[in-house]
Amino acid sequence: NPYAGLVSHLRAAWLSGKTRPLEYRVAQLEALGHFLEERKQDILQATALDMGKPSFEAYFTEILLCKNELNDTLNNLSRWAKDEHVDKNLVTQLDSAFIRKDPFGVVLIISPWNYPIHLFLMPLIGAIAAGNCVVVKPSEISKNTEKLVAEMLTCYLDSDCFAVVTADVEGTTRLLENKFDYIFFTGSTSVGRIVMTAAAKHLTPVTLELGGKNPCYVSDTCDVQNVARRVVWGRFYNAGQTCIAPDYVLCSVEMQEKLMPALREAITEFYGSNPKESPDFGRIVGDKQFQRVRALLGSGRVAIGGQTDEKERYVAPTVLADVQPSDPAMQEEIFGPILPIVVVANVDEAIDFINARPRPLAIYAFSCDSKVVNQVLERTSSGGFCGNDTLMHVTLTSLPFGGIGNSGLGKYHGKFTFDTFSHHRGCLHRNMGLEAINSPRYPPYTQQKMGLLLATFEIKRKGMCTLL
Amino acid sequence: MQQPLELPVQQPLGDAGTATEGDSSTSGNPYAGLVSHLRAAWLSGKTRPLEYRVAQLEALGHFLEERKQDILEATALDMRKPPFEAEFSEVLLCKNELNEALNNLSQWVKDENVDRNLATQLDSAFIRKDPYGLVLIIGPCNYPIYLLLMPLIGAIAAGNCVIMKPSGVTRNSEQLVVEVLSTYLDKDCFAVVTADVEGTTRLLENKFDYIFFTGSTSVGRIVMTAAAKHLTPVTLELGGKNPCYVSDTCDVRNVARRVAWGRFYNTGQTCVAPDYVLCSAEMQEKLVPALREAITEFYGPEPRDSPDFGRIVGDKQFQRVRALLGSGRVAIGGQTDEKERYVAPTVLVDVQPSDPAMQEEIFGPILLIINVASVEEAIDFINSRERPLAIYVFSPNNKVVNQVLERTSSGGFCGNDTLMHVTLTSLPFGGIGSSGMGMYHGRFTFETFTHRRGCLQRSAGLESINALRYPPYSTQKMGLVRAATSIKRQGDCTLL
Repeated sequence: NPYAGLVSHLRAAWLSGKTRPLEYRVAQLEALGHFLEERKQDILQATALDMGKPSFEAYFTEILLCKNELNDTLNNLSRWAKDEHVDKNLVTQLDSAFIRKDPFGVVLIISPWNYPIHLFLMPLIGAIAAGNCVVVKPSEISKNTEKLVAEMLTCYLDSDCFAVVTADVEGTTRLLENKFDYIFFTGSTSVGRIVMTAAAKHLTPVTLELGGKNPCYVSDTCDVQNVARRVVWGRFYNAGQTCIAPDYVLCSVEMQEKLMPALREAITEFYGSNPKESPDFGRIVGDKQFQRVRALLGSGRVAIGGQTDEKERYVAPTVLADVQPSDPAMQEEIFGPILPIVVVANVDEAIDFINARPRPLAIYAFSCDSKVVNQVLERTSSGGFCGNDTLMHVTLTSLPFGGIGNSGLGKYHGKFTFDTFSHHRGCLHRNMGLEAINSPRYPPYTQQKMGLLLATFEIKRKGMCTLL
Repeated sequence: MQQPLELPVQQPLGDAGTATEGDSSTSGNPYAGLVSHLRAAWLSGKTRPLEYRVAQLEALGHFLEERKQDILEATALDMRKPPFEAEFSEVLLCKNELNEALNNLSQWVKDENVDRNLATQLDSAFIRKDPYGLVLIIGPCNYPIYLLLMPLIGAIAAGNCVIMKPSGVTRNSEQLVVEVLSTYLDKDCFAVVTADVEGTTRLLENKFDYIFFTGSTSVGRIVMTAAAKHLTPVTLELGGKNPCYVSDTCDVRNVARRVAWGRFYNTGQTCVAPDYVLCSAEMQEKLVPALREAITEFYGPEPRDSPDFGRIVGDKQFQRVRALLGSGRVAIGGQTDEKERYVAPTVLVDVQPSDPAMQEEIFGPILLIINVASVEEAIDFINSRERPLAIYVFSPNNKVVNQVLERTSSGGFCGNDTLMHVTLTSLPFGGIGSSGMGMYHGRFTFETFTHRRGCLQRSAGLESINALRYPPYSTQKMGLVRAATSIKRQGDCTLL
């Protein structure tokens, strides 16, 4: 077990209590802030090398959003970490009853390549805030960023308590044989199963941020130009390599006819007449991924784009029309700059289509009629939901972010990250004396004692449950 | 070896369940039909309206009222549970959970509006409380109604359909659940399954949207492994050895009563019972006579004749518990009767960490006493072992209680008493490490069975707000985006 020594080392640090004091955690978090400030250029460069990530996008997702999470945490940590006092019954009136926020211990964060800083830093912030020791396993596919994280991060954080491990699939499997106290995994659904199965051996709790095909319903009554821009933005951001990108559009054949020119216009507005030359459009992260995405171009009919360049791993912003549910593009998450349009007759058919498939990370619904948006929200199930836009719901630290079913389990962002990495320990601290209060509960049992227990423990039903 | 799990490529990708799911022709899956039936009810939306959920919960309330005697009888037959204990744990505590849910459901279920940034000021941002779908609840034998009903209440409150699998060890309670409890609930959406180990394994091959399991650590691993195949989230309420540190400066009599109560309640078959005491040799000398006195006060000179002391739930369990009597030295009790599955309230002293009684959760009316020199030694002893469901500390000195609390890790904690922390619906109840994962009781049960869905509803217009984020990218745009979305650091973090 090549990682036993490392895990042991971190566990010893954990048991020493080094990460418990709030001052320590704040200092580590502030060091992360310095990392983001001082290494900004390195981050932009590494992600540009890895997948041609436009620096604007890298700045927004890899730096700004992480700074937000950091500041939200630093602004609120002393409050989040406090004992929460709770309601007591008659018997415990004189006692102290509270929820203590304990760290789990040594946690493992495994992150993917598409937002290689954001997706390890966001959970890391909450893990540190909650008082844990952490092992980070960044993706080996985004090689430049992996190198940056391995070399730089350990300079900023206390190496007694925080470590970066670089490993391929084989290595990660060995890593997962160790016992961790929490595992936070972001990646594919199939690897998610492997991680949870490995975690089960040690009864390690997990958060799995996985993927799926995020449907985007576009009703007949909407501002086509606005829809086109918002959908294009969500789909082609980071060259489509976003777990919450709109994966496919559901709309009527009439809407498809209006949407198509609007999409074309939006793409041109964003990336110019030849997106390959735009500094604002990225590339596929690797050859294997490029070939997978390219193979999806055969589905339906290319209405916009469709060009590729293997050397650059370029896939043009593409829209496929007349896509059938049985087409390859509908069998897997696209994770590339291709938007299939699947025709449905109406919103009910769209809802049935969505409900016949695994529950996605996000569902999008566009309509000027809020009733339609609410209908989709109410009759479907997904990790998150956004009406009349794409991606934006995940930029709010106040909203929990996570999947359901095949798209994952658990949630984070903001306080939810802190709570993910905290054990909520129910505590009752009673008086050593006042034994008289306790005597009704002791044998020998009598009716009278039961009467007293009822009086002191019972929670009564209040009035009638007001249903609104 | 069980059937290989189907991961059919050509089937629709549905994890939301369709008529084709659970096709029993290839797997011989005996529960496929039932699961399919409940999933169809789930998809029909029947459990979503609040009125429906309230009606089902009120039906559970009627069950507890009308069938109280049946519950007391069944648990008496199963493990000679004293009616007083059955009324308290199987009925009263469930009623509390029910009333807590009914009193608060409309509030828990509401969309929670959340803070927005500048960019989303005009939008609606909220957390929607969605049910998971079809959930499975597996209950254990020691509190056969309580440990099934408590999660069931939250699962129903949250809008799920439920399959319940009560323990087959407590046959009378199982029968009560199958034949009586099920008649109070809507059969379309709630079902009871009886199954042995083999059957439960087949049941777990089906896809559920949440699994709530109470039972042993080893079976917990099996349940989580099965759940992993379907990426099903789980709550596991498991077990462990709950340590009970008794400091030297204590009111020995009160300690003895509170510890004896916690240990011998339900004949020791309680997941949060104090499993072993850690104290100095001096304290042990005072504690043993005090324990003897408490036991006599509770159960009389011959506990076997007391109506207030129960029996071990089955022959296998009896033999397991009896075997632990060889550890250390019997200071109090030690008598057994195989026919009745009686094990006397027992205290063992001079127990070594290597003794059999220290290798497994006792789950019987045997209290071990292990000597430690100081509270630091007690803390080290606790920390070198698996994290338990509960840690107990007795000391009139708050500093000592807090020391143990701060330097250990456990599911829950109680200072100067045993068991009581789980009777408060306002405290989360659950384990950590091998004692489990997840938490419930009161609002936490509702939240366990609820998917908190982050929702943003934006305007179809007001496109100019969005223009900043679109390519072609520019430094100016980034400045504006930053202004509209960034969270600033406030002052200096006040650390107290």
